[in-house]
Amino acid sequence: MGDIDYQALEFKYKPHTDQRDEHHPITIVGAGPVGLTMALDLAGHGARVLLIDDDYRLSTGSRAICFAKRTLDIWDRLGVGERMVSKGVSWNIGRVFFRNEEVWRFDLLPEQGHRRPAFINLQQYYCEGYLYEQAAAHPNIELRWKNKAVGLEQRGDQVTLTVETPDGPYTLSTDWLVACDGARSPLRKMLGQESHGRIFRDRFLIADVKMTADFPSERWFWFDPPFHPGQSVLLHSQPDNVWRIDFQLGWDADPKEETKPEKVIPRIRALLGKDTEFELEWVSVYTFACERMDKFRHGRVIFAGDSAHRVSPFGARGANSGVQDADNLAWKLALVSKGLAPDVLIDSYAREREQAADENIMHSSNSTDFITPKSEISLLFRNTVLRLSKEHEFARKLVNSGRLSLPAAYTDSMLNTPDADDFSNAPPLGATAPDGPVTLDGELAWWLGQLQGRFVIALFCNTHIPDPARLRALQQLEQNPLGVKTILALSPALAPRAPKDMHCVVDRQMTLARRYDARDGACYLIRPDQHIAARWRKLDVSSVELALRRACAADACAA
Amino acid sequence: MGRLNTAPAFDAPDTFYESLIEAHRDLSTAQSHAMNTALVLLLANHIGDLEVISQALAYARAAIDDDTAHQEATS
Repeated sequence: MGDIDYQALEFKYKPHTDQRDEHHPITIVGAGPVGLTMALDLAGHGARVLLIDDDYRLSTGSRAICFAKRTLDIWDRLGVGERMVSKGVSWNIGRVFFRNEEVWRFDLLPEQGHRRPAFINLQQYYCEGYLYEQAAAHPNIELRWKNKAVGLEQRGDQVTLTVETPDGPYTLSTDWLVACDGARSPLRKMLGQESHGRIFRDRFLIADVKMTADFPSERWFWFDPPFHPGQSVLLHSQPDNVWRIDFQLGWDADPKEETKPEKVIPRIRALLGKDTEFELEWVSVYTFACERMDKFRHGRVIFAGDSAHRVSPFGARGANSGVQDADNLAWKLALVSKGLAPDVLIDSYAREREQAADENIMHSSNSTDFITPKSEISLLFRNTVLRLSKEHEFARKLVNSGRLSLPAAYTDSMLNTPDADDFSNAPPLGATAPDGPVTLDGELAWWLGQLQGRFVIALFCNTHIPDPARLRALQQLEQNPLGVKTILALSPALAPRAPKDMHCVVDRQMTLARRYDARDGACYLIRPDQHIAARWRKLDVSSVELALRRACAADACAA
Repeated sequence: MGRLNTAPAFDAPDTFYESLIEAHRDLSTAQSHAMNTALVLLLANHIGDLEVISQALAYARAAIDDDTAHQEATS
């Protein structure tokens, strides 16, 4: 069966049936990758969602292409990961060239035992297409195309939204408004807010070409190559034999002139050689900025994705960080909306993701400074680093063609319970929980797949299983309305003695015990977004209960 | 008897690089070269060991000779 042409899909506008006092608990504006992920995640947590978009089509052309392991783990949780990965081009390896020579090669996932690769490349229209199909089939999600948010008013705990449609405007009220309306965010402007940061004086040409080529599925980056002297070039493989090439042009390039085929084709020929046959699929010129809003939360209006923060494309930190915003906000909003957690939990979204945005902006700005040096001396340092990197390992660490997206660790989050025990060989508190291969009822499975968007209490049983009374006390925690799952991670030796009526997995190569630095009896509390909230060397049910309260801000005072 | 360490030594290589570039901000090229000279002298004195410094001088010179060859070949 061939693929759907998602770029050509047009959605029908459904006339709005006039409802007086139309009210929605949660409304999302913008059905891009972030808005759709947000809707699916909220819906999965049992919340009802209205998702509106001013357009009636999915993404077209060449936009986001690199989706990181973390994003795939999130989409796995939402049931769309497998489709993305089977269509996408998986890759782990990057190569950097300076002039004629390869100066270094890096592997972004050098270890085995992870379900997903470091990255897949996938056209944004496939990504949106798969998310859309999943969302359209979900009973908790209502999608409205050609519904444009044009006015917004906050009063107390409610937002009134004016929506324009082909049939004229209507208004609705909502408890929470999530703005996933992109870099130019009209909602941000309606609130009188703006993003602050740096605009970079450089232009890049995107050319997507269709061809059969024998480049491997790797990220290739050239500094000052003979076929495009004085500038940089980036090559990525995408599904359907499409190759994405980014050519640096410099600030003085004329975007109109540069997108003409007679200008673009010779650039591509210079890279591919004059005998390679190819078709041009897409051409555009972009500039970029690294900036963010000062605050991601404004009362009952919450910003996520490009509306809240923007980065340069080097490092694939745009769409990936937006999906992580959704991952962070959805469970919190679902709990607060159901009255199971206080409003202040939403502040933790803003704090955690503002900090993550700073990290992304820092990496992205550093990469951009290396790729487009601002002065003669900066260029000299850059080229000298590249020259030295051929021979010397230390210089390779300084080569920066993009530090590729990794999830932020919420190390100072107010939701964490600080470590009382030593876990220095495990990821830091607030980091994402590592994956690992497990056995579930005799079948091979993945650890992250067991977490299911709930609070998880994982107890590591390497040499002994706690007595039944302690296990019962642990299992009691599953009665908590927050939605808790307790899982025993058993060593292979203990597998035959797995207690009945409890969720058990077998840590079949003891990978989890290693990655979590878990000796026998260690216990982890993992948040619904799979970040580590607390851990102990020994299980103490009352400490777990306290940490659980803290992880949903139950004891926090409104700040 | 020292040996020049060319293995990665920075905890945060990008932070080092950014501070290096930042230190040159708003300088003319001539001023930047002068600053680099001062930097070489300060760091060389810190190292002190002439054997280590000789190796560094040789590696640095080799990188430049390579580049001169490249420029001659392409010009």
